[in-house]
Amino acid sequence: MSIVRNPGIPLDLKHVKGIQINRSALERRAATLGTRRSVKTDYQTAWLLKAITLIDLTTLAGDDTIGRVKRLCAKARNPVRRDVLEALGAADLDIKPGAVCVYNNFVGTAVQALEGSAVPVAAVSTGFPAGHTPLGTRLSEIRASVKAGATEIDIVIERHMALREDWRALYNMVARCREVCGAAHIKVILGTGELGTLTNVAKASMVSMMAGADFIKTSTGKESVNATLPVSLVMVRMIREYREMTGYKIGYKPAGGIGDAKTALVYMILMKEELGNEWLEPDLFRIGASSLLSDIERQLEHRATGRYAARHHQPLV
Amino acid sequence: MSVKEIFGNMDYGSAPESDVEARAWLATHKKKFDLFIGGKWVNPSGGANSKSFGSYNPADGKKLASVSMATKTDVAKAVKAAEAAGPAWRVLSGFERAKYLYALARLVQKHARVLAVLESLDNGKSIRETRDIDIPLVARHFYHHAGWASLRASELSDYEPLGVVGQIIPWNFPLLMMSWKIAPALAAGNTVVMKPAEQTPLTALYFAELCMQAGLPAGVVNIITGDGSTGAAIVAHKGISKIAFTGSTEVGKLIRKTTAGTGKEITLELGGKSPFIVFSDADLDSAVEGVVNAIWFNQGEVCCAGSRLLVSEAIADKFYKKLKRRMDKLRVGNPLDKTVDMGALVDKTQMERIKTMLANGLKEGGEVYQANIDLPETGCFMRPTLITNVDTACTLVREEIFGPVIVAMTFRTPDEAVQLANNTRYGLAASVWSENINTALDIASRVKAGVVWVNSTNQLDAAVGFGGMRESGYGREGGREGMLAYLRPKAANTKPLTALKPAKLKSGASETGIDRPIDKTAKNYVGGKQARPDGSSVMPVVSPDGKLQGEVGRGNRKDVRNAVEAATKAAKWSSSTAHLRAQIIYYIGENLDVRKDEFAARIKAMTGCTITKARREVELSIERLFFYAGFADKFDGAVHAPPVRDIAIAMNEPLGIVGIVAPQDAPLLGFVSLLAPVIAAGNRAVIIPSDIYPLAATDFYQVLETSDVPAGVVNIITGEHDVLTPTLAEHEEVAGLWYFGKAGGAAGVEAASISNLKQVWSHQEREINWANASIPTWGRRYMEKATQVKNIWVPYGA
Repeated sequence: MSIVRNPGIPLDLKHVKGIQINRSALERRAATLGTRRSVKTDYQTAWLLKAITLIDLTTLAGDDTIGRVKRLCAKARNPVRRDVLEALGAADLDIKPGAVCVYNNFVGTAVQALEGSAVPVAAVSTGFPAGHTPLGTRLSEIRASVKAGATEIDIVIERHMALREDWRALYNMVARCREVCGAAHIKVILGTGELGTLTNVAKASMVSMMAGADFIKTSTGKESVNATLPVSLVMVRMIREYREMTGYKIGYKPAGGIGDAKTALVYMILMKEELGNEWLEPDLFRIGASSLLSDIERQLEHRATGRYAARHHQPLV
Repeated sequence: MSVKEIFGNMDYGSAPESDVEARAWLATHKKKFDLFIGGKWVNPSGGANSKSFGSYNPADGKKLASVSMATKTDVAKAVKAAEAAGPAWRVLSGFERAKYLYALARLVQKHARVLAVLESLDNGKSIRETRDIDIPLVARHFYHHAGWASLRASELSDYEPLGVVGQIIPWNFPLLMMSWKIAPALAAGNTVVMKPAEQTPLTALYFAELCMQAGLPAGVVNIITGDGSTGAAIVAHKGISKIAFTGSTEVGKLIRKTTAGTGKEITLELGGKSPFIVFSDADLDSAVEGVVNAIWFNQGEVCCAGSRLLVSEAIADKFYKKLKRRMDKLRVGNPLDKTVDMGALVDKTQMERIKTMLANGLKEGGEVYQANIDLPETGCFMRPTLITNVDTACTLVREEIFGPVIVAMTFRTPDEAVQLANNTRYGLAASVWSENINTALDIASRVKAGVVWVNSTNQLDAAVGFGGMRESGYGREGGREGMLAYLRPKAANTKPLTALKPAKLKSGASETGIDRPIDKTAKNYVGGKQARPDGSSVMPVVSPDGKLQGEVGRGNRKDVRNAVEAATKAAKWSSSTAHLRAQIIYYIGENLDVRKDEFAARIKAMTGCTITKARREVELSIERLFFYAGFADKFDGAVHAPPVRDIAIAMNEPLGIVGIVAPQDAPLLGFVSLLAPVIAAGNRAVIIPSDIYPLAATDFYQVLETSDVPAGVVNIITGEHDVLTPTLAEHEEVAGLWYFGKAGGAAGVEAASISNLKQVWSHQEREINWANASIPTWGRRYMEKATQVKNIWVPYGA
């Protein structure tokens, strides 16, 4: 990765407490992101191909099995049908998802299944999704994931720290996890659907970055509300703020709720508008999803053939 | 560009909306339009010699269609059609009228796409805005007013429609402004002669066809195209009862002048230089986005555009940096491209005007930042522009630019922010950004503007009144307040007013009949004190039987000046509690009651009426004082219900300083009936009492002095109406003028009010029987006229 990693900075509580977020204004902006811009024709094709490279292809279910993980990895190796790519003139573009994201116990399976593909394996660790296990256990989980070959670690924060506005505790927790991650990149999941207010989302974002996050991520996918545009707007604005303060570029990962191509495009527009083209690359932007890929494939097939495509013609994710 | 290249550069490309349908519609008219009069297309009156003019697409300079230039004869024809349609339309039940408005709303929705494209073609504004803002708001306006048509009879039962209304609208929101005018006019029961702007007539002409499809009775809506001369003919036409105008302050003043004394009602929605105030505790990124919506919405061609950026000095540098970065992300180009933020300015004339103004203004100083973006090579396109390092003396800060240019200044404290915000001749809108509810609401209440948006900007809705203060005009559009602008109270007296002449003093007839052992010459009452008139001259008060009743000061220009000065200093009255004002007005009534007999005797002696009638006048005066004391804390505002998560507060605010010229007759009752509502509403008054019978007013000084009325709240200057009124009517600090004085004066007052566009209310040269309780000589209407509605939008969300 060409991005200089964020080493974190000392916790600046004064800055954190000064953060102001106006929900209504944010919602108004979020509502027009998708209406002020539009990508059509070849632009849509290119953007959708790009979208695939941004996906953290994910399976995080209680019924995950080795077989399930293997199938996901196979899909990661060939996310779009060859014939479709050829018809679109994109056969020689390296279209692969940003990563495959699994639970700690499937890291080994995934690493093996993806060998030689250059698709990294990300592991949710630290008592996913609630984060309520003892810190020592969580840190061991990170160590185990890294040892098993995960190069990206998605951790969850303890939401109670944000809800009680105990920013120092949150900072220490994230910093500790970052330390244990070592060379592996750390994505900090805020569980935004459980933080109550956008202001809390903003502050938790800022504290996580100060503590050394490489990415900040919305949700586990297990909250009742996951990624939304207003939440995303808050988080990317904090990323911009942190960059202005420190010069470090932090990645963003919305997860949960981005199930179709159209929505993915709006998120990409958001990144381009608020942060710029650099944040349209997988080293700074990921979308946590799985079914999204199928919808993008269908749209691409439609772009290739002019006919609306069927789901069952796309290899199952 | 290939897919692979785009994959590399991740550009947007373009996404043009199709204009096929809109152009096909123009073709069905062979790109040539007649006038819509009496429910059908009518050739302009000049026959083969009639003039026409082109409507152009400012994005490419190409002509879209040619439209007819309506002449005076055509205007007369349209008015005639509207007059003919009037009687049947106004007696139609509210429900029936509602059905038509409802049908128009539905039709606008059904034709939304083509209307959006046509508007974008004709005006140059982006398809995003016509599609998502203009046209949906048009439909919303008709829906909302369909409701008012149904409710008028019950909710506004004391009012009746005006008759034929002339409506003249600008080119910046062509169809939207048309709906703002037509919908309430029709809901109220008026018929309409509408003239769209010559630059942008096409959507109005399309709307004419929707009227036909809705089956609207012929002549209820007439749409005639033309330029300023057509507008002037509408303004001048005797058959028109009201002119509703949206446009420049310059033309607004001309309309005020032309209609002065004609009895035409007018509402004016004019220019602005609205402040956009950012405090250090605002959500700055959202405020930056607010600026985008404030000044780069509709290319900045918005009367309520936030064009004066006032930023807390504490965060100014940070804010400008954020703003500049945001500006570089704006996309300016083909208005039909769905990826564009800002389209084309309406025409070359406007573009040149703005550029010249900018170039000249910058000679006075200022630092320019223009968005670092690509512009199309041809067409009326301009870069979003920010000017910093300017001060309040700069032309660019003072004058309306009406384009994509914002000027920025800094402030230190909330007080200074308010001072800067109000340092303008305009008062249309304001935007206040702070996360502190105390700061936000404090500033919202203190800023002089008809519309205030807290942490938002350019929010518009049919349920919420829109309109300005000061030279931004008067009257409101939208909501209940907007309906009132198209109605008048029922059953006004129609007998013409005649001037009363002072009686001649009969020699040796100085006996007054009242026991007055000590000679008493009344002075003026200014700033809570009795003040000798500047000219040191007196005028006699003579009863009809020729007896001298006393002498009062003969006030002059300087006395009026001093009175207004004193009123200016009493600004605290306007922010005092309504309860306090009520208590003081009750106290005035109480003290008048104590001296009932004395006042009755005075009135009898001065006017020669019976003592019974004189007593009745005093009793009614006390009753009026109690009435308005009671009203002071009950003239509530409202909370409107726009379709967003907002508390939209309609607050009734005092005008400020109100000049009153009291009637010649009813020396106490007329005086009190006008003074009481004015001060109850929180205004400070400068009042000129009856010039024939002024002694009741001068006796009133002592009542005021014993009633705890703060100095400067009531100022009384005696003298001749003809002499004093012009100074009061022209005074730039006076915000409103109620002329109920000597016959023949109303026209002059209306004409003299134009400099600062003060709100004038008069007897319209009709007799008013102040003692007649069955005629509305008192009531809610007086409170409405003593106030203006400020709508404060407060979005919320934890």
